[in-house]
Amino acid sequence: MSPRVVLVDDHELFRAGVRAELDGLVDVVGDAATVAAAVELIREQAPDVVLLDVHMPAGGGLEVIRRLAGEPAGVRFLALSVSDAAEDVIAVIRAGARGYVTKTISGADLADAVRRVHDGDAVFSPRLAGFVLDAFAGAAPAAAPEVDPELDQLTPREREVLQHIARGYMYKEIAQRLGISSKTVEAHVSAVLRKLQLSSRHELSRWAAQRRMLD
Amino acid sequence: MMQDMAATSRRRAGAPLRELRRDPEHGMVAGVCAGLGRDLDVDPLLLRIAFGATSLASGVGIVAYVLAWLLMPAAESSGETRTGALADAAGRTGRAAIEVAFGVGFLLLAILLTFRAVGLPFSDVLTWPLVLVAAGGALIWRQSVGGPPTADAAPAPPAAIAPAAAGAPQSRPAVTSRIGVGVTLVVAAAILFLQFTGALAAATDVALAALVVAIALGVIFAPWFVRLLSSLSFERAERIRSQERAEVAAHLHDSVLQTLALVQKRAGDPREVAALARRQERELRAWLSGARQRPGDEQRFVAALQAAAEEIEEAHGVAVDVVAVGDAPLDRDGQALVAAAREAMLNAAKFAGADSAPVAVYAEAADDRLQVFVRDRGPGFDPASVPADRRGVRESIVGRMERHGGEATIRSSPGGGTEVELVIERSTP
Repeated sequence: MSPRVVLVDDHELFRAGVRAELDGLVDVVGDAATVAAAVELIREQAPDVVLLDVHMPAGGGLEVIRRLAGEPAGVRFLALSVSDAAEDVIAVIRAGARGYVTKTISGADLADAVRRVHDGDAVFSPRLAGFVLDAFAGAAPAAAPEVDPELDQLTPREREVLQHIARGYMYKEIAQRLGISSKTVEAHVSAVLRKLQLSSRHELSRWAAQRRMLD
Repeated sequence: MMQDMAATSRRRAGAPLRELRRDPEHGMVAGVCAGLGRDLDVDPLLLRIAFGATSLASGVGIVAYVLAWLLMPAAESSGETRTGALADAAGRTGRAAIEVAFGVGFLLLAILLTFRAVGLPFSDVLTWPLVLVAAGGALIWRQSVGGPPTADAAPAPPAAIAPAAAGAPQSRPAVTSRIGVGVTLVVAAAILFLQFTGALAAATDVALAALVVAIALGVIFAPWFVRLLSSLSFERAERIRSQERAEVAAHLHDSVLQTLALVQKRAGDPREVAALARRQERELRAWLSGARQRPGDEQRFVAALQAAAEEIEEAHGVAVDVVAVGDAPLDRDGQALVAAAREAMLNAAKFAGADSAPVAVYAEAADDRLQVFVRDRGPGFDPASVPADRRGVRESIVGRMERHGGEATIRSSPGGGTEVELVIERSTP
């Protein structure tokens, strides 16, 4: 059964384009142009996956995730944006999106990403992988005692997987190169996503702020 | 009301009818003699002597001068553009106002002295206060009537507002201070008069009365004043907004609209259209983040790599996506690495073709080493089968890296794309 998808973007042309590209690959059950309309539509349709624009008037994708606050259960978000700004992307991921792809992605790749998010995996574009590597670069900070230090750094294997994603490899190719199964690659990526969302690594916010100044 | 008067006088000044005009620009006091001289074609100096002589004789000259001043409108300076005249008028009224105030004061003093000389019964109590009042009053009137009324000018398109208003902000504080001087003079005159007449003894009464009057005036003029202030700040905000809008519009016109026009023309050539869109996207992104760009960025490793990628992208119409982690200053090793990476991107763009997925470039700058991966999804090849005379790979990539103590590894398989890995260990972190 193909996943039921809701498309949220304030550009009508873009929505039409994505609908056309996804036609037959996934089941697009509706689209919305504003934060309020999106929240209403998602509550009503309870789709499997929401393709969410990061930049919209009145708060953007972040606000949609916040307002829904986990209801209805089982809805997964995939951020879709032209923005390269690290702080926007990281903010949406930390709010709960299962991944981030840029709008230049091809229709087939996007459908693939939707299916993967539907299956509970994380979707990292090369750029997001780069952001995460950048954010987790260097030694872990002297963490506060109540913080799980595991969350504050990547394992060498996770780092390796992320580097391959950033280098433009597909999951299958990564599995082949590293001599592990595709499932293991997905597990690593999901673990990184969890760290990204749960890490209290204070560098993460400071890093995003710095990034804003440097970019 | 004052603004109405100013508008009327300007309208009159613009009328085609030929009439006598003062020429404040060339005048000594108010430009009466200069204006008369110009219109009658007589040297103003002669007229000034005549006025002076008659003034000394009986005071008739002074009366005539003041009458002429009141009756003759000021001429607009000729041979200047309208905006120039406006801006100039602001400065001129400022300079002239002080002189006019002195002039009026002295003239009145002269008149009063003349009256006394003629023998009219006249008290000294009045003389100085009257002179001060005249000078202060002249200053205030001169400012309020002569100042360029910019705020209430006929609604003009944004472009026209800017030059007209340009002269106003710098003269506004000066105008205020001159009005302040005028007011001070008048108040001083009032106090002086009270002092002479002995009324100042009842200082408390006067202070109370003055306070009451001040409060009354404040209540009367407060709304007008507040409205004036808010209209000024609104006007300024509006001006800044319209300037910003004009700047953004100019940029969009030069870049995005041009590209869109080109895209429409070349609609039949998807490769060209994609290249145009890509170039425009990059340019627009650079512009949007332009405020965040720091000087010296071109001396950084990542920036140099991105510049190389853009160059390849533009020349070959293949998208090159750069993902970078960390950054480093661009030293000799970094330069060699960027040059080798550029060669690798060039190969990728050439052999991968325009229709394939973008070339992925991943760069990692750590303290101890620089690393670049260039990956394409082209047909790929068997590295062992590359002939030894292929300079591109051998010399520009492998050779260059080795000369700088680095290493180049090429992984490729037919059908699986190609990846070039470049590493340089950094001697000095």
